[in-house]
Amino acid sequence: MTAGTLTLLSGESDRGHIRLAAAGSWTAENAGVLESLIEAATRPIPALKSISIDTAKIERLDSFGAWLLERALRTWKERECDAELVGLNENYRGLFDKVHVGTQKLPPPPKRPNSIVATLDSVGHTMAAVFADLILLAQTVGSVIAAFGRVVLHPSRFRFTSTVHHLERVGWHALPIILLITVLIGAILAQQGIFHFRKFGADIYVVDMVGVLVLRELGVLIVCIMVAGRSGSSYTAEIGAMKMREETDALRTMGFDPVEVLILPRILAIVIAVPILTLFGSLAALYGGGLVAWLYGGISPEVFLSRLRETINVQTLEVGMMKAPFMALVIGVVACMEGLQVQGSAESLGERTTNSVVKSIFLVIVLDGLFAMFFASIGL
Amino acid sequence: MANAAEPVIQVKDLVVELKSIRILNGVTLDVHRGEILGFVGASGAGKSVLTRTIVGLLPKLEGKIEVFGTDLDAIDDEDQRREIERRWGILFQQGALFSSLTVGQNVEFPMVEYLDISPRLMTEMAITKLEMVGLKPEVYRKYPSELSGGMIKRVALARALALDPEILFLDEPTSGLDPISAHEFDQLILTLQRTSQMAIFMVTHDLDSLYATCDRIAVLLDGKIGLAGNIDTMLASEQPWLKAYFHGARARAGQHGKQ
Repeated sequence: MTAGTLTLLSGESDRGHIRLAAAGSWTAENAGVLESLIEAATRPIPALKSISIDTAKIERLDSFGAWLLERALRTWKERECDAELVGLNENYRGLFDKVHVGTQKLPPPPKRPNSIVATLDSVGHTMAAVFADLILLAQTVGSVIAAFGRVVLHPSRFRFTSTVHHLERVGWHALPIILLITVLIGAILAQQGIFHFRKFGADIYVVDMVGVLVLRELGVLIVCIMVAGRSGSSYTAEIGAMKMREETDALRTMGFDPVEVLILPRILAIVIAVPILTLFGSLAALYGGGLVAWLYGGISPEVFLSRLRETINVQTLEVGMMKAPFMALVIGVVACMEGLQVQGSAESLGERTTNSVVKSIFLVIVLDGLFAMFFASIGL
Repeated sequence: MANAAEPVIQVKDLVVELKSIRILNGVTLDVHRGEILGFVGASGAGKSVLTRTIVGLLPKLEGKIEVFGTDLDAIDDEDQRREIERRWGILFQQGALFSSLTVGQNVEFPMVEYLDISPRLMTEMAITKLEMVGLKPEVYRKYPSELSGGMIKRVALARALALDPEILFLDEPTSGLDPISAHEFDQLILTLQRTSQMAIFMVTHDLDSLYATCDRIAVLLDGKIGLAGNIDTMLASEQPWLKAYFHGARARAGQHGKQ
């Protein structure tokens, strides 16, 4: 504080009339102190008829100081007491006039209902949102199928370059991380299996476990979770950013269907890439499992391979691979659907991207459960 | 009142390169207290680069920048830097409002950071600033995504003015506004400048704004300040680009509008 508080505002009273004198720096830095001074000065005083503030000694005035003076004047005027500023420097007249015309009429904040009602309200809204989501999902699947149909009828409209570009990003670029993760998963599975099976001398069954688990379930699940996190999120963010910058609207006005131009190539790319990644991922997991079985469990590669040949067949692999394109479709559709839901703000983009990953992983696991029931009932 | 001729920004022999392309090649420019400096130049000549370099968003290769008489390179103390940043306000071309905050929170944001004042006063000041830039208090609770382009610019100006800055940087304040709003914006800037003696550094392409508001105009040509002076100096110049700029079809319209 540059000045003592007394010099900022001082006063004297004289039978129903008060003369205050403001001096010094009435600016933002002093606003905290000034506010308490103004509050003290505007305490109700009985039989007060008029009040004046001499502002001639104010060295610096900014909008904070001007508003505080204006606030004091308004308070007094509400109490039907004459209030005026005297000696205002002409330089500050414009600023003061600007502040003076302000109405400060803020509409009341929206009322908060009590907590029980609010909880019920949010439960209701969430349920409605879940249903709306399901409808939207069906709608998006429908429009993707319709776009696919149009492209089949008019192959010249198919965006081949775009599809290949996305295939490279979703497939080729994802391969290293997918291989690394699946090798590790296979290795961990084998290590745990050997560790526990060894207690009852069933070491060799670890090959059965790794083989069946990886090829039927884990290979495709791990790949899908990785793809949802890696490519699904980027689909949502890309399409969301395009939506925010009105690129999708631009496409629409030029007579293009955003689903056909933006979404179809992405979904085709993911549907092609995920089965390929699943195949490589499963092989990598078997490799990781075999490596640990050899180094940690003492099961030689020859034994591992011959045991593997006995326990699994092409059908085991088929069961896993068959699921891959459907899961990929779910990831792609959810990601694009969420992308198209993005509103104007950066927060909405982040929220939608999170939603996209959470929903697609959830749906992939639900789908896996449905497939398990299906394969069990047809005896695979 | 401080001396009107005192320079608040002094840029000397500034050289800036972006991706090893030389954008600014020895810019020397002063901005004085209480003046509105219009800064013009062809698109892509580096007008925004100069603004961004002064406020510290871009690194410079050579040269010296002094703000309020303090060499920005000589500051090694975070608090001293903040003290200077507190005294300038910047209006970005697209507004750059924080989209996750309401309009009110946007305007209050610098106040929360820099001032120790009650929530009541903060709200009142935010509304005062919003009303000063010609908005109704209702926008206080809205989100930037609910506003029109002109309103976003006004809110962004209110935020730039939140702490009553001594220097105001305006990056194309009237671009994207309809002529009526642009005219109002010019008047607004003039009034604000008159009431608070701010120095205003305005990058603009709007000839009407140049005629209506600027005390002085600086022209960026080939990475240097080609010419600086008032509008008559600009009109008298024989430099081909300036001639085309100030005597082209749009310029005549602007001049006509002034008369």
